Amino acid sequence: MSDPLLSIRDVRKYFPIRQGLLQRTVGNVHAVDGVSFDIEAGEAVGLVGESGCGKSTLSRCVMRLIEPTSGKILYKGEDISGIPHGEYWRRVQMVFQDPRSSLNPRLTIGYSVGEPLIVRGASKEEVRSRVTALLETVGMNPEHFGRYPHEFSGGQRQRLLVSKALITDPEFIVLDEPTSSLDVSVQAKILNLLNKLKRERDLTYLFVSHDLSVIKHMCDRIVVMYVGKVMEAAPKNELFEETLHPYTRLLFDSIPKPGTRHEREMMGQEHIELPSNIDLPPGCRFCQRCPQAEERCSEEAPELVEVSPGHLVACHHAG
Amino acid sequence: MADFLLEIRRLRTYFYTYAGVVKALEGVNLRIHEGDIFGVVGETGCGKSVTAQSILRLVPNPGRIIEGEIIFKGRDLLRLSEEEMRREVRGKQIAATFQDPSTFLAPSHTIGEQLRDIIKANADDPKSFDGKTLTERVVQALDKVNLPDPERVAGQYPHELSGGMRQRSMIATGTSSTPSLFIADEATTFLDVTIGAQILRLFQEMNRRDGTTILIITHNLGIVGEICNRVAVMYAGQVVESCATDELFEEPMHPYTVGLLSAIPRLDREMEELEEIPGTIPNLIHPPEGCRFNPRCRHAMDVCREAQPGMFEVFEGHYVSCHLFDEEGEDNE
Amino acid sequence: MTMSQTEETGRFRELRYSFHLLLSNPVSTVGAVGVAFLFTVMILAPILATHDPIAINLTGRFLPPSGEHFFGTDHLGRDIYSRVVWGARISLSVGFITLIEATVIGTIIGLIAGYKGGWVDSVIMRITDVFLAFPSIILALAVAAALGRGLTSVMVALGITWWPLYARLIRGQTLSVREEQYIEGARLSGAGGLRIMLKHILPNCIAALIVQISMDVGFTILAAASMGFLGIGAQNPSPEWGLQCASGAKYLVYQWWISTFPGLAIFLSVISFNLLGDGLRDILDPRLRRG
Repeated sequence: MSDPLLSIRDVRKYFPIRQGLLQRTVGNVHAVDGVSFDIEAGEAVGLVGESGCGKSTLSRCVMRLIEPTSGKILYKGEDISGIPHGEYWRRVQMVFQDPRSSLNPRLTIGYSVGEPLIVRGASKEEVRSRVTALLETVGMNPEHFGRYPHEFSGGQRQRLLVSKALITDPEFIVLDEPTSSLDVSVQAKILNLLNKLKRERDLTYLFVSHDLSVIKHMCDRIVVMYVGKVMEAAPKNELFEETLHPYTRLLFDSIPKPGTRHEREMMGQEHIELPSNIDLPPGCRFCQRCPQAEERCSEEAPELVEVSPGHLVACHHAG
Repeated sequence: MADFLLEIRRLRTYFYTYAGVVKALEGVNLRIHEGDIFGVVGETGCGKSVTAQSILRLVPNPGRIIEGEIIFKGRDLLRLSEEEMRREVRGKQIAATFQDPSTFLAPSHTIGEQLRDIIKANADDPKSFDGKTLTERVVQALDKVNLPDPERVAGQYPHELSGGMRQRSMIATGTSSTPSLFIADEATTFLDVTIGAQILRLFQEMNRRDGTTILIITHNLGIVGEICNRVAVMYAGQVVESCATDELFEEPMHPYTVGLLSAIPRLDREMEELEEIPGTIPNLIHPPEGCRFNPRCRHAMDVCREAQPGMFEVFEGHYVSCHLFDEEGEDNE
Repeated sequence: MTMSQTEETGRFRELRYSFHLLLSNPVSTVGAVGVAFLFTVMILAPILATHDPIAINLTGRFLPPSGEHFFGTDHLGRDIYSRVVWGARISLSVGFITLIEATVIGTIIGLIAGYKGGWVDSVIMRITDVFLAFPSIILALAVAAALGRGLTSVMVALGITWWPLYARLIRGQTLSVREEQYIEGARLSGAGGLRIMLKHILPNCIAALIVQISMDVGFTILAAASMGFLGIGAQNPSPEWGLQCASGAKYLVYQWWISTFPGLAIFLSVISFNLLGDGLRDILDPRLRRG
């Protein structure tokens, strides 16, 4: 069996907290605390979790916008820290969440979308023809090449970001909350477009979002993160039908769904806030909120184990 | 028919901007019964937030309420003086929370201080409170919104609290006087899912325990489906459908509602492709003639392009604003 | 598929709106008019002047304002009106050139400091602090001592004292722009530091720069005039306004017109640019824009 397209091996990213006149490091924010999983070519893997879970930090490590504190990321078997940035960013690209700030307001969209080509020395004609072709592919008017971002709606700007990600013909795309700021009807169009592009160009996606319904629709496999660690990872249907981790269970129960108009079973959750990533007690990250927590859970952090093919869980009660 | 707690009739609110007149609300009709958890749902530009602002008469410049009636407990709020609104209604009988509490909680005062001010302001005789009673009332208010360790929270500043706790504090400032109507405008939008769920549970508790009528304004149909008993769908400044929540999901009538429900990825079923409503949300400075949805509607007829439909009661309690239902129902405007 | 609200393209409409904002504020309209007037005088000096500004006429000394000499004559019989009119070119250009120097130097330094961060930033900022602490007059004296008197020295001295302000401004802008997502996007395109600084960050600093420049023009003119007044800058017989004020100082009681009119010219310039600057700041402040 060939290498997975992307392999994340025990990646950690800590951010130092500095205090005082001499800026001494007094502690670390454990944004990502030992995450491992693989992505096969052609898959769409969803990375889901709430604030502070580390999904955004992890996606930036995958994109090499930041360097992990420890651990390795392999692309097609090769350590990405050994691949020159220019080459890596030709094969791996990213679609950002767009509220206003993902496109430079002072530059034309033709430039913004075409920049990856411009930087690599393409001629003006080539840039223009490639960009206009892509604009058409994503359903926009190619004549708007010279316009500015503020002249477009949110949905259109999202399409522009998708064009920009595609212009170097990448194999792998990381999508960071690409539809979170969009209206439902606009979101539908973008998600349909993303699926179509994936099929037509044989792409692999890492889809990061807090919205489980979107992830379920778009992805084949789902990885659930909480406070820097993976709690559960499984193929989509199995995650929903055979949920093993209590946090995944809580996440599902918390999503407002029609037809469940009863007062929710809150699992004793009324007062609990999301924990910080700083003063981490030993043991399972979720034990303070977990209805199944035992003494063992607060002392010993559970390992991420494969309990059935493709289904990994980090919980003492699921092993 | 039973009396309504709040009835909005033919509400029109326009914004007079440099680029033109934005007709944000063009004849909004709503009826909320006492004890309802009523949802107003729609996408950007539909006017749901402007409706909430209009109820409280807090429409920001350059907006103005042009026409209509907002009848709350038998009184038309639009006919009251600003003084009366401030003294009797806002914060007392009708309270609200908005999506970003940070803009409404002063960063330089502790939660306790702000609550004290509000409790005193709402009291009939402000001087009757001594320090001890006030503190008790503050702690009570914070406890009612399920804040852990309310005494401690009272002494903290807004930035020291998490998003969920700030939202609860904001709700506490609104409910300290046990209002009859509580408006929650996108209250959980900026919160994480599990935290937002707690806030929704709180609303249900307020409704059950104190009998507070809750008006939930959101773009999230799931929220509406879960905690609201009645819902109104808004599009481009008008209510297009209004009915019991179950009916909305089981028998949506308005083409926009139908399209919207098919566009949302669902957890309970597999969807090959999401439904796309063609076109985009209209420009409210030059809205389409006739029914505002007609350019995007696959059922559009000639009459749709000429005249705005009235509100038709298709079944009991289920209202739709669409010419397709003209023959079947009576004109209930 | 576009979202334009009117038939005009977005940019044109914004320009029209900016103009509308500028003119709707009476204060900044006054400023704009004043500045327009000053530029007219600058450009049309040869036509507007009635006499040769440096022609000495010892028979017509100390004449009060009249139909022949609108602003009177000075101790050497020179027509003050013509001197003030021609002086506009000198005083205004010194102000502008100083600002250009300060902007160019400050921008380069600020961009580098803000973008690189770390120790580069710290070092540059400490150097900036040192320069900021220097009173411009002392520095100007030092420069004049080194390079000799004259307008060149003034421009060098003022440039040296003024650039730190711009470095700080640009650095601040750079720091905030650097966090925007489109900068990450630019990195992912493969853009290097130079391209990011020049193509992405700099255009986003223009608005703040314009505001700062328009507010500073008045003060640079004033500073140049002060140097002239102190005898460091322009030398006789140049019709520079500050120098004119200085030469007329001893006659202030009886032949008040010699200093007063150039003084008024300085006043008019400073105030016009300040008012215009206020107006520009309001235009460019996104929070104040509506519609």
